[in-house]
Amino acid sequence: MEQGEAAGRRFAQFDEMHEDGVCRAQYAMIRRWLDDLPPQQLALKQHEAELLFRRIGITFAVYTEGGGPERLIPFDIIPRVLDAAEWDFLARGLRQRVRALNAFARDVYHRREILASGRIPAALILHNDGFRPEMQDFDPALGVYTHIAGIDIVRLGARDFCVLEDNCRTPSGVSYMLENREAMMRLFPGLLARHRVAPVSHYPEELLDTLKSVAPVNCPAEPKVALLTPGAFNSAYYEHSFLADEMGVELVEGADLFVDDTIVYMRTTEGPKRIDVLYRRLDDDFLDPLTFNADSTLGAAGLFAAYRAGNVTLANAVGAGIADDKSIYPYVPEMIRFYLGEEPLLANVPTYDCGRAEDLAYVLAHLEDLVIKEARGSGGYGMLIGPCASRAEREEFARKLRATPTSYIAQPTLALSTCPTCVESGIAPRHVDLRPFVLVGKEIRIVPGGLTRVALRAGSLVVNSSQGGGTKDTWVLEP
Amino acid sequence: MLSRTASSLFWLARYMERAENVARILTVGDRMASLAHSLGNTGNEWLSTLRAAGCEDGFFAQHGEANGTEVIHYMVADANNPSSIFSCLETARRNARAVRTALTTDMWEALNQTWMRLRDLDQSAVVAEALPDFLDWVKERSLLFNGAYANTMLRNDAFSFTRLGTFIERADSTARILDVKYHVLLPRGEGVGGALDYYQWQAILRSVSALRSYHWVYQERLKPWLVAELLILRHEMPRSLRAAMEQVVLHLDLLAGAYGGKQGECHRLAGEMHARLRYGRTEDIFQSGLHEFLVAFIGHIAQLGSEISDLYLM
Repeated sequence: MEQGEAAGRRFAQFDEMHEDGVCRAQYAMIRRWLDDLPPQQLALKQHEAELLFRRIGITFAVYTEGGGPERLIPFDIIPRVLDAAEWDFLARGLRQRVRALNAFARDVYHRREILASGRIPAALILHNDGFRPEMQDFDPALGVYTHIAGIDIVRLGARDFCVLEDNCRTPSGVSYMLENREAMMRLFPGLLARHRVAPVSHYPEELLDTLKSVAPVNCPAEPKVALLTPGAFNSAYYEHSFLADEMGVELVEGADLFVDDTIVYMRTTEGPKRIDVLYRRLDDDFLDPLTFNADSTLGAAGLFAAYRAGNVTLANAVGAGIADDKSIYPYVPEMIRFYLGEEPLLANVPTYDCGRAEDLAYVLAHLEDLVIKEARGSGGYGMLIGPCASRAEREEFARKLRATPTSYIAQPTLALSTCPTCVESGIAPRHVDLRPFVLVGKEIRIVPGGLTRVALRAGSLVVNSSQGGGTKDTWVLEP
Repeated sequence: MLSRTASSLFWLARYMERAENVARILTVGDRMASLAHSLGNTGNEWLSTLRAAGCEDGFFAQHGEANGTEVIHYMVADANNPSSIFSCLETARRNARAVRTALTTDMWEALNQTWMRLRDLDQSAVVAEALPDFLDWVKERSLLFNGAYANTMLRNDAFSFTRLGTFIERADSTARILDVKYHVLLPRGEGVGGALDYYQWQAILRSVSALRSYHWVYQERLKPWLVAELLILRHEMPRSLRAAMEQVVLHLDLLAGAYGGKQGECHRLAGEMHARLRYGRTEDIFQSGLHEFLVAFIGHIAQLGSEISDLYLM
């Protein structure tokens, strides 16, 4: 049985374009445009888009392919549209959530009041892989831990947005938000001109301002920013180079850096140059062989000491991942109440923590209705979608659950909203999610839009690009 | 700029230039081999082609005998040969990808399209009947890349490092191409100045797109010492050793200027090499031996490359 049917029977599925058979207002012009477009023209434009992307060189090495063949993330030419009111609500919810996530990280590495209050079990934090004891009592500039957050949102109804996942470490995908808009402007200038779509192209400037605003206390002059990448074989390398280019900052690798007397320098043709802010797209483990993974050659020896000495800012902060762990996720609404004294605007998806005996029992009894994820996994790897899985697959997974229950969480199979999408047979609804990017420095900034990911297989709910998902341009209409 | 970026630009340009020069050397080899055949000589043209490309040792580590098919495959497509055309274009793109931010869009697209086309090529056809077309295509792609960067890059240190890569490689390669003639022995009964000798010199000029230039400059029939003069000492000839070294000196000076006057051994060596070419005489070169001159020059170029690397790229 296809999962779409399964989910469809349990929930009313929301379509982004049509509500009760009527085209929603923000899609009216797109509907007319699609109706007027001859079918061959649609396929032609879709093909043109593909050529455009291939030429620009947007490629995405998928891990299981050994980083070798460079593959393209499919781009769908039908945009996903949010009106001003929807966006306003989302933006307020996102700000609130990211403020709470930062407050939580700060608390965890200082007095741990939220643990003392009993709202989150201490063991969940202190034995968590995302927890970095090295960060205890360290004050990052302006108290910010997550400078760039990617919050994954799913939509279940007209006014029903939920957070599926927080990404507080090194969220990627923002280059697709920018390139998708660029592609739409080249392919359909007329269509964009007829809408008042909020621009996104200033994201790199906002990012640079944000990074400069968190320069370390000891920064001697105008902060010098660099972007640290694991290198050309990383799956998101294109994005790293794209962002460095757009911001006009150096794209450095570990081998370009060295630390002398707790000051970070890069090697240049003119000799060493000091760096004040590192936008690092490298996991904590690899940052500094002296403090973390000793085998890592991707970072720089002494980087963490320089960080703790207040001579360089790392964005995002070391240990920021404690806030986005899937086992911490169920407690985010509680964080919002605790730190901000507010009720959460964006709901969580109900989540079962398999580490708790009663939750585990429920999960094992309802495997065919649930999605099971690794608490620390990402990218759609290692998950079980109950309604789609065979009996054998479910039994196999049940064994894993019983063996290491704390490694898993479970959520109900959600009826993600759908959006019309170009497929082989023409236009058909496909499930979408949304990842907006939130920037936190001296202030919180959100560029209106984000990355809409679309599951291209009929009925599929997995939107990850590593699992055959595609992307769409996301339009936020101005009031 | 980052030393790694400078290094990638330098090697990117070197490998693009090398791809072009290997194509040029192969064109000469192919032409000489077919000439030799039509003049009834089963010569050692393929061996000299390998030598000219500096591929002799690598080739014989894998093969017993230098015949056309195997030499062509080794120099065009063999992934184990770092100087095969496929390897050069692959390495060039890898360097480009590592410094994507330092490239202009036009440079990147020229490289990326080359690489994408390369992936789709039918290797077996490329090393057989489609070889001349393929070699022309490689030359075209290199010319496009050179044009793209010459016309779109900011005139800053990044441009100078790219230029250095192109001209160091070109100086090396022109010296090697000229040296092919030394290695191609004339068969018994064929005298110096005979038909075969004449066609061989002509092939060398063609390979560096200089046959027309020769006639413009000298207005007489081909003479070995004039061909050598054209490719070594004439500054108006864009692939001559002197023209290449002029560019090398210019860009090393620009870098020194941009970096507060700092100079190193590479500046001294390049200046010395350039001065010898600028004030040298053809008679002297031939008197002490053309081959010996070229071998010494190739050695100095290698030394210069490593000095540049020591000063800027590490």
